[in-house]
Amino acid sequence: MKEIKHPMDFYLRMDRIPHIWCPGCGIGLVASAFVAAMEKAKLDEEKVSVVSGIGCTGRFAGYIKLDSFHTTHGRAIPFATGLKLANPELKVVVVSGDGDLVSIGGNHLIHAARRNIDMTVVCVNNFIYAMTGGQVAPTTPLTAYTTTSPYGNFEPPSNIPQIVEAAGAVYVARWTALHIRRLTNSIYEALNKPGFSFVEVISPCAQYYSRINRLGDGLDMMKFYHENSVIKHGESTDNLHIDYQKEIIVGKFVDRERPTYIESYKKWLGK
Amino acid sequence: MKCIKDKEERIDVYGERGRLQLKANPKDVRTGVFYIDGDVAAAEGALAAGCKFLGGYPITPSTEAAEAFAKRAPQVGAIFIQMEDELGSISSVMGASLSGRKAMTITSGPGFSLMMETIGLGAMLELPFVIINIQRGGPSTGVPTSTGQADMMQARWGSQGDYEVITLSPDSPQESFDFTVKAFNLAEKYRCPVMLMSDECVGHMTEKVIIPEASEIPIEPRRWFKGKKSDYAPYKPDKDLVPPMVKAGDGYKLYISALEHNEKGYPVSIKDLIEGKHKSSAKRLVDKIRVNADKIIELKEEGLDDAEVVVISYGITSRVAIRAIELARKAGIKVGNLRLVTVWPFPDKRIVELSKKVKGFVVPEINYGQIVFEVERCTHGNSNVILVPHGGGSVHSPDDILAAIKQVAKEKKRYNGVFEFATVLERQIFGSGAK
Repeated sequence: MKEIKHPMDFYLRMDRIPHIWCPGCGIGLVASAFVAAMEKAKLDEEKVSVVSGIGCTGRFAGYIKLDSFHTTHGRAIPFATGLKLANPELKVVVVSGDGDLVSIGGNHLIHAARRNIDMTVVCVNNFIYAMTGGQVAPTTPLTAYTTTSPYGNFEPPSNIPQIVEAAGAVYVARWTALHIRRLTNSIYEALNKPGFSFVEVISPCAQYYSRINRLGDGLDMMKFYHENSVIKHGESTDNLHIDYQKEIIVGKFVDRERPTYIESYKKWLGK
Repeated sequence: MKCIKDKEERIDVYGERGRLQLKANPKDVRTGVFYIDGDVAAAEGALAAGCKFLGGYPITPSTEAAEAFAKRAPQVGAIFIQMEDELGSISSVMGASLSGRKAMTITSGPGFSLMMETIGLGAMLELPFVIINIQRGGPSTGVPTSTGQADMMQARWGSQGDYEVITLSPDSPQESFDFTVKAFNLAEKYRCPVMLMSDECVGHMTEKVIIPEASEIPIEPRRWFKGKKSDYAPYKPDKDLVPPMVKAGDGYKLYISALEHNEKGYPVSIKDLIEGKHKSSAKRLVDKIRVNADKIIELKEEGLDDAEVVVISYGITSRVAIRAIELARKAGIKVGNLRLVTVWPFPDKRIVELSKKVKGFVVPEINYGQIVFEVERCTHGNSNVILVPHGGGSVHSPDDILAAIKQVAKEKKRYNGVFEFATVLERQIFGSGAK
C-alpha cells in the first residue's frame, strides 16, 4: 500500500510524532498555521531558524523541520538575536509561550522590540504555566484559579500587545487558536515584515487551566475563545486587556515602518 | 551620516571578513608594541583570534575590554551589541556561535553569576564560545573596582549538572592577549565553555604588550562536518569525543536541544535512559575534557627538582608569589614554583606526583579557600597543604606567603588537611580561634 503523506509533512519532523501536547491543546493549531504560513511565504526553508524557550510551546522547535533550536527558559529572543546579527541572511522566528516570553524573558522581549531586530515572535498565550502543572502566569486573568493562585488570581495580567507596541514592534496582531485562516495570514504577514513582528495566539490549556476553572474540554474552550472574540483591526493596544472568560479583542493592531537594527547598523557603522 | 571618522577604515560588517577564517587575518591583528592594560589586551587578543561577535553588558572592572572591542568592531567586520543584561549577552553569544562566528562575552563576578544557566546551555549544546571574566572582590556587589579570585569554583561548577570547562589565568596584559587567543583555539577544538579568568589587577594593569604578526598567531579552525548532508548527526563525536559542527542556514535542518539528547540531537525518553539504551550526554561532556586533559593542561614550573616546599598559584597571585619565593630562597629554603596557567581541568597527576616528594604546598589565593582544596585532594595525605587566604580588594603581601613557606618548611608533623594546618590568618577563618 502506498504511504499517503500530508503536504505539510515537509515542514514537520515526522520521526518525532506523536508530539507531547495534550488533546485539546492549541499549540498544534499554531504549528499548523505556522507551517501553512511558511508554505505561503515561499521562504528558502534552508535559511529559516526557529528558536523556542522552555515550556509547552518551548517544544515547538522540536517538531518543525527547519533549523530549530530548543534553548533555556526565557532566552529564546536573545539567542535568536545572536543568530540573526551574526548572519543576517537567516529568517529567524521565535515561537514560545507567555511565561517564557513575557515573564522570565520579558526584558529581552522589550529590548528586541526596541532595537527592532528583524525577527518574528509568535507567543502562544494559554494564561498559565502548563508544563509545570498549571501555576499562575503574568497573563492569568483576574480571579482565575491556578495551583499557585488557589483563591483566585488578584494580580493584574500583562497586556502583551500593548507592551510590545510601546517597546517598538512594527507588527502586532492577536488571534485565537481557532482563527486558523486569519492566524496563518498574520504569521505570513509577520514573516514578510522587516523588523520585530509579534503575533499573540490565545490558546486553550485543556488540562490545567480548564480543569481547575471547570471550563470544559479543549474544544469547548477553543469554541468559547473563538465565539467571544471580536475582530477590531487597528484597535488601540490600550484596550486589549483580557478579563476572565470575557470578550477577547483580536485583529491586527500595529503595522508600521521603522528601520531595523541591521539596517541602522549598516548605515551607521558599515560601508 | 556616519559616526566613524572618514579617515578610519570602514568595511562591510557582513562581508567576507566577518566569516570564520583558517588563518589570522593581518588586518584584524594590530601587530606592534603597545602600552595597554589587560582588558584592552584581551579584546585585542579576541580580535586577533578572529572573534567577530561580542554580546556584552557593562560591568566594572571589565568595561574597558568591551569598549576596546566596540571601537574596533566595525573596522574588522565584527558585530558588537550591548545587550539588555548578562542573560541576554551570553544567550546572544550562543546564537552567534551557531550562526558561524567566533563569539564571546566579557564580564565580572555578578554578571558571571547571571550567565551561569546559559553557560550550562553552551556546555550541553557544545557551542564554541569564550567568556572573559575580569574577577573582582565579592560576594555580591563586593569590591567592584578592585581585585578578587573567588570565582574559580563557580567557573567550574556554576551551572547545574555535570560538564567540564577550560579556564586560563593570565598574570599580565601580555598574557591577557596570548591566553585570549589560546582560549578561542581551545573553544574551537573542544567545543566547551572556555573562560579567561583574569582579575581586576591584571585587567587594569598597564604594561608593555607585544602583538605579533598575524602569521605567528596560531588559529584552530572550526570542526566543520565534511561528510554527506544526510549522514550528519549533530552529536556524533569524532575519535577525540568532540563532534564536528555545521552552522544554522546551511540546509542541515539541524535540531539541537538542551534536553538530554541522542546523537541526532533529539530528546531521549526516560525509559531509554533507565533501560540503558541511551548513555547520558553528560558522560561525554565530561569525558571529552578528561581524556584530553594532558593536552589541555598547561603549567609553568620552576625550581621543582629539589624543592621541599612548592608554592601553587595562578593569575595575579603568581606574581606576588615570585617575590615571596625569592625571599624564601635567600633565607635558605628550597622552594619551587608551580603556576597554574589552566586551573581547570585541574593538574591532578602532577600534584599527586609532587606530593610524594615534597614537605608541603603553599597555596595563596585571593579568596578564603578554593583551589587549595583541590591541591589538598591531590596530595592524598602525602604532604601538608597550607592556605594563604586573602580577601578581595587587594593582592597578598609577599610577607604572608613567605611566612607560610617558612611554616611548611620547618613543620615535621603531618596535619589532617588544610583545616588543621593553618596560618594565624587562617585560624580565624576556620573558627579555631586566633592565636
